Amino acid sequence: MPVCDLAVSSVRELNQALHRLAPDTNETAWEIDNPQGKHAIGVGINVPVEIDIKGHVGYYCAGMNKFASVRIHGNAGTGVAENMMSGTVHVMGDASQSAGATGCGGLLIIDGDASARCGISMKGIDILVKGSIGSMSAFMAQAGNLVVLGNAGEALGDSIYEATIFVRGEVKSLGADCIEKPMTEADRERLAGLLGRAGLDGSAKVDDFRMYGSARELYHFHVDNAASY
Amino acid sequence: MCGIVGLFLKNKALEPALGDMLSKMLVTMTARGPDSAGVAVYGAGNNDHVKLTLRAEDAGAAAALANEFSAALGVPVDLSIRANHIVASLPRDAEAAALQWVKSRAGQIQLVSVGTHMEIYKDVGLPEHVVSEFALAGMAGSHGIGHTRMATESAVTINGAHPFSTGEDQCLVHNGSLSNHNSIRRTLVREGMSFATQNDSEVAAGYLTWRMSKGDSLKQSLTSSLSDLDGFFTFVVGTRNGFAVLRDPIACKPAIMAESDDYVAFGSEFRALSVLPAIEKARVFEPEPATVYAWERS
Repeated sequence: MPVCDLAVSSVRELNQALHRLAPDTNETAWEIDNPQGKHAIGVGINVPVEIDIKGHVGYYCAGMNKFASVRIHGNAGTGVAENMMSGTVHVMGDASQSAGATGCGGLLIIDGDASARCGISMKGIDILVKGSIGSMSAFMAQAGNLVVLGNAGEALGDSIYEATIFVRGEVKSLGADCIEKPMTEADRERLAGLLGRAGLDGSAKVDDFRMYGSARELYHFHVDNAASY
Repeated sequence: MCGIVGLFLKNKALEPALGDMLSKMLVTMTARGPDSAGVAVYGAGNNDHVKLTLRAEDAGAAAALANEFSAALGVPVDLSIRANHIVASLPRDAEAAALQWVKSRAGQIQLVSVGTHMEIYKDVGLPEHVVSEFALAGMAGSHGIGHTRMATESAVTINGAHPFSTGEDQCLVHNGSLSNHNSIRRTLVREGMSFATQNDSEVAAGYLTWRMSKGDSLKQSLTSSLSDLDGFFTFVVGTRNGFAVLRDPIACKPAIMAESDDYVAFGSEFRALSVLPAIEKARVFEPEPATVYAWERS
């Protein structure tokens, strides 16, 4: 198993080694030691490998991830799994701002809390936060699902498009054009599936969640809505 | 950008290592602010003696100016010179004469801070240079704050470097930019305060000093700043006994904290905390927007 000690080698050397991997590589299990809050660890991975990062990471960890499963055994800085395409990123601690921003696919799991702007402009990613999320989360979210077991901060889902938000705890306030919606059977199945993918089959009940999404009032410019944009 | 760090020791056994820990934290933040750097260190002192931190415009003249200062006061003055900074500890009843002497040497020497326990050192250049210039690693103390500056609101000069001190043993470092600093400055000037620079962060420091002079606690002064100061900010503030952190309601600027039985530490990024002893055992968390975090020792 390749082990990369970032106290010895640079993030650039690590990322170059990951980028050189062929899709059918046998080096499928990586361990990264001493991340010490360094930025851009494991960015742009394009192969189905499993990576364990043993500690806290800085900005943009596992950004643009495709196919890989990345486990961060600590907290993550700003923009973890930003623009992820597929695969899984699992933060075992807290995540800072803009977690999963603009993500197009894949699953981001955060065991702790996520800070402000979680899932901002998400475009198909699924994000599951076991703790709470900060203000302006899912701002302009276009597609995908944001599931929150804790509470949500102010202006949740401001100017949201077709993404869906499920929150089990309190929502401090909803942003412009974001409303609570009744859950259909298909929504309930989707949520149950997401909870299952995050290993929460028994411990979180679908009935405890409320669902939020777009009222679709801001899709087309209407002068009466001018103050809401 | 700008990088800020802060360290408040709970465990007295760590006090001899304060400077060393703070130095390492500051150097890790170089990428966030390579223009200038500065630190405030709260160390030894007593309430009968005032500590003035002075800065000589010409580093070569620091020793001569220090001697001249001491002779002019005619009282025992304890002097410590680090590069172009002079820390003079003098009996409190000589403070007025000392400040008058400093004023009379405008252009040659400048007042950086007044306190009983606080010393401030700042200079332009990379944090690594500033840290070694003042031999920060060897300093002891109970708490300290530091700043690496990427200049946005005013020029790259020592005057624009943080920390800013506008009251006895009070100082502030700031990451961000305030949009209403000019109007707040005018209000504070009407209240009798004076400012040495055009820097927005000095206004923030002055605002807190003003609130505390009206009887607010450190925590109350920061709470009221949330309604009066407009813009982006993360503040880290030091007082003789206290240490506090505040982020603006949008939390535009990054912040991360760690707390253990030994210390409370603040960094703009986790990298700054990663150099601390036993950081893996500390509780690491991101301070909430518009929430005052304050610690005070009795």
